[in-house]
Amino acid sequence: MKLEELLLERASQVLKRWTDLIFDSYPADARRFLRKQEDPFANPVGSAFSREIETFYREFIGPANPEKLSAALETVIRIRSVQEFSASGAVRFLFLLKKIIREETSKEVRGNRISQDELLALESRLDDAALAGFDLYMKCKEKVYEIRAGEARSQVSGLLRRAGLISEVPAWDSEGKKSTLG
Amino acid sequence: MAEKIMKPEEMANVNHTPPLLSGWMHRPVEIKSGIYCYPAKPASLEYVSFPHAREWSPMDEDWKLPPNWKEIILEGLRERLERFRSLKIFMDICVRCGACADKCHFFIGGGDPRNMPVLRAELLRSVYRKEFTTAGKLMGEIAGARELTVDVLKEWWYYFFQCTECRRCSLFCPYGIDTAEITIVARELLNLLGLNIDWIATPVANCYRTGNHLGIQPHAFKDMIDFFLDDIEDITGIRMEPSLNRKGAEILFVTPSGDVFADPGTYTCMGYIILFHYLQSLGFDLTWSTFASEGGNFGYFTSHEMAKRLNAKMYAEAKRLGVKWILGGECGHMWRVINQYMDTFNGPADFLEEPVSPITGTKFENAKTTKMVHITEFTADLIKNNKLKLDASRNDNLKVTFHDSCNPARAMGLLEEPRYIIRNTCNHFYEMPDNTIREQTFCCGSGAGLNAGENMELRLRGGLPRANAVKYVHEKFGVNMLSCVCAIDRAVFPALMEYWVPEVGVTGVHELVGNALILEGEKKRETNLRGEPLPGMEEEKDV
Repeated sequence: MKLEELLLERASQVLKRWTDLIFDSYPADARRFLRKQEDPFANPVGSAFSREIETFYREFIGPANPEKLSAALETVIRIRSVQEFSASGAVRFLFLLKKIIREETSKEVRGNRISQDELLALESRLDDAALAGFDLYMKCKEKVYEIRAGEARSQVSGLLRRAGLISEVPAWDSEGKKSTLG
Repeated sequence: MAEKIMKPEEMANVNHTPPLLSGWMHRPVEIKSGIYCYPAKPASLEYVSFPHAREWSPMDEDWKLPPNWKEIILEGLRERLERFRSLKIFMDICVRCGACADKCHFFIGGGDPRNMPVLRAELLRSVYRKEFTTAGKLMGEIAGARELTVDVLKEWWYYFFQCTECRRCSLFCPYGIDTAEITIVARELLNLLGLNIDWIATPVANCYRTGNHLGIQPHAFKDMIDFFLDDIEDITGIRMEPSLNRKGAEILFVTPSGDVFADPGTYTCMGYIILFHYLQSLGFDLTWSTFASEGGNFGYFTSHEMAKRLNAKMYAEAKRLGVKWILGGECGHMWRVINQYMDTFNGPADFLEEPVSPITGTKFENAKTTKMVHITEFTADLIKNNKLKLDASRNDNLKVTFHDSCNPARAMGLLEEPRYIIRNTCNHFYEMPDNTIREQTFCCGSGAGLNAGENMELRLRGGLPRANAVKYVHEKFGVNMLSCVCAIDRAVFPALMEYWVPEVGVTGVHELVGNALILEGEKKRETNLRGEPLPGMEEEKDV
């Protein structure tokens, strides 16, 4: 049996364990809410995690659609980037999958029904996904700071311009004439 | 869709789980950047005679508190328990059922249990129990009581400035506990020690001095209006002549200064100007004021007294100008103050008349005592009476959804009027899911003075439930414009959308009106108020 087939066969228990571990990264009261409330509008975080974690898993284990895989990862990390987590805490959930897969497949690996090499190859791919996760985390944080800077800039520049305190260079068209649309 | 309003018995039947509320008393607060707002500048506090103005930093161990700080707080709490019967009741009757626990946008988006409204209130309630109840005095922690310490004070500051006073939680409380009032009192107590935030304190000082939060002086206010008139003339071919500070006008118009100075609120402001010009030939007689140049009231986020002081200018200016009644612009908390406090703060406004629309003759009986009408009530009435010529196709490039701003929705029940206007000025309107609109609307995450920049992570997580519903209608219906009737919404939603749903823009309702209104003698309109080509005019603009 191939590792991929085994993991897809056991998808529901792997996903259950994985989402539980992700929710465990929140304080007890939040954890209960994130798990129990199924309405996607009352509980956007919990429902996005459950949905996107499954998408990520199926794309990662099965034949991958890189765009879908990346979008699923980004949705989860975008949320965790503005929550209480440190950088490592925000992406740690990807490493948790490694642990779950090892435990879920240990019997098969010991009995040589799944090759060790195959498992190591999958783990290496998961390491790559975790690195992509760090990049996404940085992208989200940079976006937060870009928004902060942009908000401050637009507050000041709009006022200065309208108060007539600055003189902007007029726009010129390709023939060197002052543009009327500028 | 979304027309159904839950009955009280349905509301009471909310599925909830009592929160654990365990261990929190012994977990000291960890103040994090990205979440807290910068402390108030001493000069801003001093200007309005707030006590204990000083330089201090939330990240320092020593907050430079006055030596008798504890006495000040407990005496302040004692006074307020006597003054506000509601506070005493809210302190006593909560049974910690947890119906409110998962209704706060900060808890939903961030997962910090101290943002469950029940626990946020417990931060204050635990001290109340210790100091003001026999059970708390005798049994301490067993009775949910705890000593007021510096750490507790820091926790108050951190978390009471993580509540936007939106009152969504109150909607679900079977006892009707108004958590916003608890936050209001907690902030008042903190204010007694000079522990305010600058994003609130400086607008308050500015507003007290110049009449608006930004400190814009009368001549600059006029310059801004002139700037809009130039733009409107370019777009419509008509030079409009609104009046400022005109004595003897029938109506005074007061709007948040954000509409005059911050995009995209400025386009809403242009919408007001165009509407008022349109109505002039029908006998409409209105003046703006460069003194009562702020509808918002950040004083409301410091103390009842300061709210009253800032609010006073509306009636004072109405009296000075000799108007009959006041029309108010699109704003959020402004309307909670007007609808629920102004009459007792600064009324009775017996020198004003019960508002009657000079165009339709409609009596605004809901504004009988305050004498102040919300502009969407006024405009909806005009449309209902066929007084406006509108071309909704000018907004055909927009697929619009509507965010019920917390205070107009929950504090004055303004639900239908904005929708009625939108439906008459746009051909494509889509509601967000039922449990995210109307009374159950999700806050923008930046209200009650939390629209600073340094707390952006807090704002983005708090705005997540709202943005999530916007994302849904964006993906399902192609919605590309989020409309609202609040200046803070208009200021903060662009950032929220940029992070969560970058394809969606932000507009006020009267920007849509300004675009759709067909003016007598106007030139062929090629662009909307933002200078973007109207639908079907894209090529002409490119030439």
